[in-house]
Amino acid sequence: MIEINNLNFKYGKQAKLFNELSFSEEAGSIVGLLGKNGAGKSTLLKLLTGLLAAPNNSIQTLGDNPFKRLPRFLEEVYFVPEEYELPAVKISEFIQANAQFYPRFDNEKLHQIMIDFELDPKSRLSKMSYGQRKKFLIAFALSTNCKLLVLDEPTNGLDIPSKAVFRKVVASSLSDDQLVLISTHQVKDIENLIDKLLILDKGCIKMHSSIWEISENYSFTTVSQLTEGEILYSEVAPSGYKVLKKAKRANTNVDIELLFNAVTQGVTLN
Amino acid sequence: MEFKDTKGIFQQIADNICDKIISGEFPVGSKIPSVREQAAAMGVNQNTIMRTYMELQRDNIISNQRGIGFFVTESAPQKIINMRKEEFFDVHLPEFMRQVKLLNLTKDELKPLLDQLNENHENK
Repeated sequence: MIEINNLNFKYGKQAKLFNELSFSEEAGSIVGLLGKNGAGKSTLLKLLTGLLAAPNNSIQTLGDNPFKRLPRFLEEVYFVPEEYELPAVKISEFIQANAQFYPRFDNEKLHQIMIDFELDPKSRLSKMSYGQRKKFLIAFALSTNCKLLVLDEPTNGLDIPSKAVFRKVVASSLSDDQLVLISTHQVKDIENLIDKLLILDKGCIKMHSSIWEISENYSFTTVSQLTEGEILYSEVAPSGYKVLKKAKRANTNVDIELLFNAVTQGVTLN
Repeated sequence: MEFKDTKGIFQQIADNICDKIISGEFPVGSKIPSVREQAAAMGVNQNTIMRTYMELQRDNIISNQRGIGFFVTESAPQKIINMRKEEFFDVHLPEFMRQVKLLNLTKDELKPLLDQLNENHENK
C-alpha cells in the first residue's frame, strides 16, 4: 500500500531531511510513527499523501505517485493534520459538502462515532474548540472508509475520556483492507492501539517492527541494581533502573518510550 | 532484584479471558467475545487480540469454529489451573519464601495461611 524507495528530501537550501529513506507497509495494520521534534514525521506524511512532491518517483501510495493527486488516489486517502482550518459552517453542512468525495462513506458510522464523542451535528465548526474539531475530523476520517488513513497527533487536544473513546473507535471500526498511520509523541495514548512501530531518526527509518516481534525478542523490566551482562539500554527510574534486554518470550509489556530512547541513542536491536 | 513487572499486553488479555473461564463467566462450550467486540471494549488493536486468541487456541483453551467464533474447550479450566499452578511454583512461591525468610515469619504469624491449607486438604 505504501512503498518508499531511497527517498531523498530537503526543503529548499536546508540540510537534507531524508537520506535514502526506504520502507513499505501493507494494509491491515495500525502503525505508530515516532520521531523527535524536527525528525520529519509531518513531512513524511505530507509526502505520502501528495501534499509535497517526492523526487524521482520514490514514493508509491496505493500504487500511484501521490503528488499526481489522481481522483482514484484522493478518494482512498484521508489525512487529519495536526493543525488545520475549517470553514465556518455547521457540522451537517460540512458532511453534506465533503462526504460525496468518498465512495464508501458510511453515514451511520459517522452518526455513531459522533454520539460516542458527544458531538452535535448542529454545532458550527468555527465555534468549536480545537479538541472538538479534532474529534469531528477523526470521526469523519474513519467514516470515509478510505484505504489509507493518516492521523497526525490525533490525541492532541482531546480530553481524558475522549482519548479512551478515540482508541475504542479506531480499534473497532477498521477492516483488513485499511492502513492507519498515526504520528505522535503521546506514546501512552496509543500504545495498545498500534500493532506496528516505525521510528524515524536522523533522516532514515531506524526501526520498523511489529509489537508482537518486539515482545517476543526483548524484555522490559525494572531492577534495583544494574548487573553486568546482556543489558542493551537502561534508564534511571524511581524504583531503580528500567532495563531493555534481549530475551525470548519474556512476556513483559513493551515500554515504547524506553525502546524509542534506546533506538534514537544508537542502540542496535537485531 | 527484579520488581514485579507489568505483563505484556498479549498476556494481560489472555489472563483476563482465563480468569473469566475459571470463574465460570465463560463456561465450557460457550462463545467468547469476538476479536472486534474485544477491540471495541478495550480500545486494543484487533491484530493484538487475534494474536492472543491464536496463542490460546494453540494452548487448547479455546477453539475456532470457522465463521462462527471462538469457544471455550472442554479441557480449558483444568489447563488453566495447571498453568496457574506452574506460575505459582515458578514465580510467586519463591518470592513468598524469600519474604518469609527475610522477615523471619513464624507459624503463629502465618496462621491464616496454615488454616487455609488445612481447609483445602480436608476438602480434597
